[in-house]
Amino acid sequence: MKQYQLSTGEKKFIGSHLLVAILALAVGSLFGPLQAFEHAGWDFYPYLKPFIKSYYQGLTVHGVLNALVWTTFFIMGFLTFNVTFALKRPLKNPTLNKVGFWLMVVGVVAAAIPILANEATVLFTFYPPLKANWAFYVGLTLVVVGSWVEGWGLFMTFAGWRKENPNVRSPFVAFASILTALLWQICTLGVAVEILTMLLPWSLGLIEGVDPQLARTYFWFTGHPLVYFWLLPAYISWYAMLPKQAGNGKMFSDSLARLSFWIFLVLSTPLGFHHQYVDPGVPPVWKFIHSMLTFGVFFPSMMTAFTVVASLEHAGRKQGGKGALAWIGKLNWSDPSVAAQLLAGILFFFGGIGGLTNASYNVNLVLHNTAFIPGHFHLTVATAVTLSFMGISYWLLPYLTGRKLWNPKWAVAQAWTWFIGMIIFSNAMHIVGLLGAPRRVPLGLAPYVPAEWNSRLFQVGVGGAILFVSGALYLTVMLKTALNKEKVTEEVEVPMAEAMQDPALTPDWLDRWAPWIYGSLALIVLVYGPVLFDMIKNIALTSPGFRVW
Amino acid sequence: MSAKNMHINVYERNWMIFSAIMLVLFATAVSVAAFGMGIQVPAPEQRVDPRTVATDPNSPWSNPGLREVSPGRYDAYILAHAIPNWEYLPKEITVPVGSRVSFYVTSSDVQHGFNIQNTNANFMVLPGQVSKLTITFKNPGTYNFICTEYCGVGHGVMYGAIIVTP
Repeated sequence: MKQYQLSTGEKKFIGSHLLVAILALAVGSLFGPLQAFEHAGWDFYPYLKPFIKSYYQGLTVHGVLNALVWTTFFIMGFLTFNVTFALKRPLKNPTLNKVGFWLMVVGVVAAAIPILANEATVLFTFYPPLKANWAFYVGLTLVVVGSWVEGWGLFMTFAGWRKENPNVRSPFVAFASILTALLWQICTLGVAVEILTMLLPWSLGLIEGVDPQLARTYFWFTGHPLVYFWLLPAYISWYAMLPKQAGNGKMFSDSLARLSFWIFLVLSTPLGFHHQYVDPGVPPVWKFIHSMLTFGVFFPSMMTAFTVVASLEHAGRKQGGKGALAWIGKLNWSDPSVAAQLLAGILFFFGGIGGLTNASYNVNLVLHNTAFIPGHFHLTVATAVTLSFMGISYWLLPYLTGRKLWNPKWAVAQAWTWFIGMIIFSNAMHIVGLLGAPRRVPLGLAPYVPAEWNSRLFQVGVGGAILFVSGALYLTVMLKTALNKEKVTEEVEVPMAEAMQDPALTPDWLDRWAPWIYGSLALIVLVYGPVLFDMIKNIALTSPGFRVW
Repeated sequence: MSAKNMHINVYERNWMIFSAIMLVLFATAVSVAAFGMGIQVPAPEQRVDPRTVATDPNSPWSNPGLREVSPGRYDAYILAHAIPNWEYLPKEITVPVGSRVSFYVTSSDVQHGFNIQNTNANFMVLPGQVSKLTITFKNPGTYNFICTEYCGVGHGVMYGAIIVTP
């Protein structure tokens, strides 16, 4: 059966998302290893002085480009592909999506100018009263609004499909992609309100001050679900694509996959206080409620672990794999897309354990803002997400461009070096964090570093060096593929794993939007409403801005 | 659209039950530690005006430092600031071993952190808010307290020390 064909224009549109994403990753990833090297005592920042004024300007570039730009652009491109391909129909209103994309591009440029001019060295959390140039906030706003507009284009496309197919189960990949875009629309309200009601007018001189505690609360309203916005696209690939690539396997359970996505939608926003356990202005009872809801969101993660592993086992056994674990060896490890995603999944296991640790209310007292935290999120966003996206790009780029993947063996090596580099880096960061090392500090220069941290800081540098090589390998493979003269003979097959059980047997309530959306909004109002009401009622715009970099 | 009931594989059902039990155990452990053993996170204490907190003579942070409230019990008023040179005031506190110290920390400029190494005292310091946490120093030694939130280029040198004398 011939697969559904995207038009050349659609492929170009999705490809432009990838282009911006990978450019952002290329620049942003230059600075990651510089941070790691600094920790090990090899400080290159003095040599960069003409361009980059400080460690923190580099850290801002790294965080903004890698955590915000690379992810958002890759995700919007991937979701657009998923929706159009799985629904077998073009975008309902392609102009709308193009407008969204260009708003995002203009936003990135607007934010990049002050960052590169050292006028927005506020890190990717931009906590006020650190005050960046207004263009930084305008840029962030445009990126968010652009991603909304692209999301609306996807919703319209889905609605158009639903109208013509009222009694058909929505394809899982399209369903899950729409849900991810919807989650993003809900959760970004926090940061939108933060910027539009406080930071932007303040940076323009229209208001004198801000309320830092309220700003943090708005920020983390968005900040945690942001994590799920990153993760869910990787989950879509792990659930519904990877089993096919790994050995022609099927997705273990369509209905439970959908159920877990619904739980993610409902639970990923109303738990932002688990980033604010040690904030002075949030009542502990709400912190505790959010911690319990965070435990709740661990449940669909456990379901995901089961379904993904079961689907992979199906693939492994289909390839003649035997035994309790020996089937793992039969998976298609020589395919770089498979290797990257399997290795990403393995490290995510540890990332999940660390995440649950962070979420554990008072346990957070020993971890908050220590190096444990970046150690943790380099397993999640920088590996589970980023390495999976790299894996996806190993088939998506050849599919979009019609050019063969350049040197798949190098691509496999890229996946393994990322895996190994990240184990060394992240393990050392976790341990030195438990010993008390703070995050966001050039530890190579800090006056209070005890000798017992040194061996771990050295490992941070070694891990960073391996990751640097891996990042360079990735960019080489991408560039060489984009320019590859060798074309694919037939259009690259899009990996789509069927469900083991006919999705038509999935219950209706797992394919209805309204109750779940109302449910998630209601829960947000319930567990954020009273605190936000109090904070806004007692708002004190008493913090003027500071430029301390 | 016909099916009403979801088909769940028996292994998966068991896995979900196992996950649920595990989560209940974790939640119980955290709750017992919080409410049974009193290992608590900071609660709203007081709000101040960051523009005047360091200068207003009525503000304890205009004269930061240690006050003995009763034998062996102290209140430590600490001001964190990035301007002019990323430091805590006072930079050093000396208490005898066994002292129970309540820390009241605020900032006169940007956000900071306060982490007393090798203790459970670790919290955010925000302008406009007072962060309070109480701990007992059971062992003599020097406990550095360091800034854990980015507060400008000098963030990495911002620290102080509590000297617990035998």
